[in-house]
Amino acid sequence: MAEVLVLVEHASGDVKKVTFELLTLARSLGEPSAVVIGDVTDDLVASLADGGADTVYVASGSEYGDHVVAPKVTALQAALAASGAAGVLVPATAEGKEIAARLAVRTGSGIITDAVGVDAGFVAQQSVFGGSTLVHSAVSTGTPIIAVRPNSVAAEPSSGVGRRVDLDVTVTDTDRLTTVTERVAQQKAGRPELNEAAIVVSGGRGVGSPEGFAVIESLADSLGAAVGASRAATDAGWYPHQFQVGQTGKTVSPQLYIANGISGAIQHRAGMQTSKTIIAVNKDPEAPIFDLVDFGVVGDLHAIVPQLTEEVTRRRA
Amino acid sequence: MKIVVCVKQVPDSWAEKKLNPTDNTLDRDAADAVVNELDEYAIEEALQIRERLGGADACTVTVLTVGPEKAIESVRKGLQMGADDGVHVIDDAIHGSDAVATSAVLASAIERLAPDLVLMGSESTDARMSVVPAMLAERTGRPQLTFAGKVELDAASSPGTVRIQRVTDYGYDVVEAQLPAVVSVVEKINEPRYPSFKGIMAAKKKPVETLSLTDLGVEAAAVGLTGSWSSVQDFAARPPRAAGTVVTDAGDGGTKVADFLSAQKFI
Ligand SMILES: Cc1cc2nc3c(=O)[nH]c(=O)nc-3n(C[C@H](O)[C@H](O)[C@H](O)COP(=O)(O)OP(=O)(O)OC[C@H]3O[C@@H](n4cnc5c(N)ncnc54)[C@H](O)[C@@H]3O)c2cc1C
Ligand SMILES: Nc1ncnc2c1ncn2[C@@H]1O[C@H](COP(=O)(O)O)[C@@H](O)[C@H]1O
Repeated sequence: MAEVLVLVEHASGDVKKVTFELLTLARSLGEPSAVVIGDVTDDLVASLADGGADTVYVASGSEYGDHVVAPKVTALQAALAASGAAGVLVPATAEGKEIAARLAVRTGSGIITDAVGVDAGFVAQQSVFGGSTLVHSAVSTGTPIIAVRPNSVAAEPSSGVGRRVDLDVTVTDTDRLTTVTERVAQQKAGRPELNEAAIVVSGGRGVGSPEGFAVIESLADSLGAAVGASRAATDAGWYPHQFQVGQTGKTVSPQLYIANGISGAIQHRAGMQTSKTIIAVNKDPEAPIFDLVDFGVVGDLHAIVPQLTEEVTRRRA
Repeated sequence: MKIVVCVKQVPDSWAEKKLNPTDNTLDRDAADAVVNELDEYAIEEALQIRERLGGADACTVTVLTVGPEKAIESVRKGLQMGADDGVHVIDDAIHGSDAVATSAVLASAIERLAPDLVLMGSESTDARMSVVPAMLAERTGRPQLTFAGKVELDAASSPGTVRIQRVTDYGYDVVEAQLPAVVSVVEKINEPRYPSFKGIMAAKKKPVETLSLTDLGVEAAAVGLTGSWSSVQDFAARPPRAAGTVVTDAGDGGTKVADFLSAQKFI
């Protein structure tokens, strides 16, 4: 059975959940191999084996983070050459897609982004036009490179062989054309990332003010959720731009999405419509968001959300 | 300083979008066409850079698009906003190109125009791939400075340098490179201007060069549906979501949601 490469997402020594989802998917397509780039510890390699990787390709070094994506492309290309893999799966995050894009050009391969599933023969499923249409796409040239959305498949860890292969990577001068001089963290620690979170609680214009987002954050924290926002809220400066959900923001596909004070404009729906379960709180019974919901409450979020937070906290205690 | 802004014409995001049953490509006639919104931010950024550098004597802004006849409208929009001239790559063979093929055409046009700076949107609202800027950097061997929330240019030094804030999940990275470079922008970077009446009148006299694949030396077989390395095989409408339960708050709305969450085993 041919190998299927999975580009590992990791931070501060921890493997991100999406990696285990992709390893699960890879197992249905061939022999799952992980490619891990950057600061690689033995623990990291061990957890990839536990997550199902039969082979773990390692490109270890501190330089990978110093330049925008290109050195990682070179490492992934080295893994592809070493493995002769039948396909490559990357997480459909901003960086994952850029790595996939450059790898496709370098290796003369087709690329598919934002897949929500991959069938035998690397036929990708994509959910387009705000979730109204399901498309099957395939790659006709080179090695299929497919960027898969986090939360598209449930991770089913199964112990892999975990054979470690250290890659021989030559980072080129062209890979070093950019220099990352500083990293600035703005996100509050402790909350899951918007892309990956199993639950997203988001707020829109109905939240009313920057201070209003405190009730959204409290609900999110009671559920262990990420916080999202509509563009009306980010444009008003009530919540940082990187948390915007929608057509010009992030696309999320969590198990549960709770929209508070969000009307449900088509551009917002484009970013959350594939969520498994949707709840909305809105004082306007005609708000289009109610067309999507599994459960909705018509009323004032400033009363409903704090009550919900209290209930969640009580029931979880 | 020479800046080229890549703009794409897309269906208006308010419109219902459809795929063509004959060849599985986007039905571009079914919806009103507009400039990809993020590309307006790229045009605005180019215009602001030109102003900072001292105006038209120090810097020119060219709007570049690859697309069918109608796509000239998106070049016009850029000229109305204040760009100096335009380039429209048009060829029947391009119809159906995927991102890999589109980036090949754009790269050839960029090599020909040889700008110091390429500015683009970080994502198109129709394809939503966010890959063309990275592909263009790869193909032209230029540094990739993508997802910029802020752009600073030092054109006085030689070679000039560009520094951006690259927006990330956790905040941003500061990234630097030498010119010539490829930069893509996110929407928080600026507030695009509306074309003024004067701008609309002036745009009518601004030159737009039309280029074919032959002019660019790109093989027709390398683009379009045949030259694309990925393709849509089939598509189907998804069943609409089953209607859910909507209740009106009677002082217990939060508790009702909690009951639903408990029943669904979220809590
Ligand atoms: C090209 C383009 C791209 C776009 N991209 C995005 C995108 O990525 N993401 C995005 O979100 N939008 C995007 N938009 C904007 C989108 O069209 C909407 O304008 C936006 O989503 C509206 O945000 P909202 O629902 O928070 O605000 P509104 O539409 O104003 O809705 C606010 C809602 O809050 C309710 N409300 C008010 N007060 C309360 C209260 N006290 N309690 C309960 N409910 C209350 C109201 O009934 C209303 O339904 C885009 C638009 C364009 C043209
Ligand atoms: N046909 C095109 N003509 C000009 N620029 C394009 C074209 N397609 C994509 N682009 C540029 O690439 C950016 C990202 O597009 P995409 O990768 O398709 O999401 C857009 O914002 C444009 O700046």
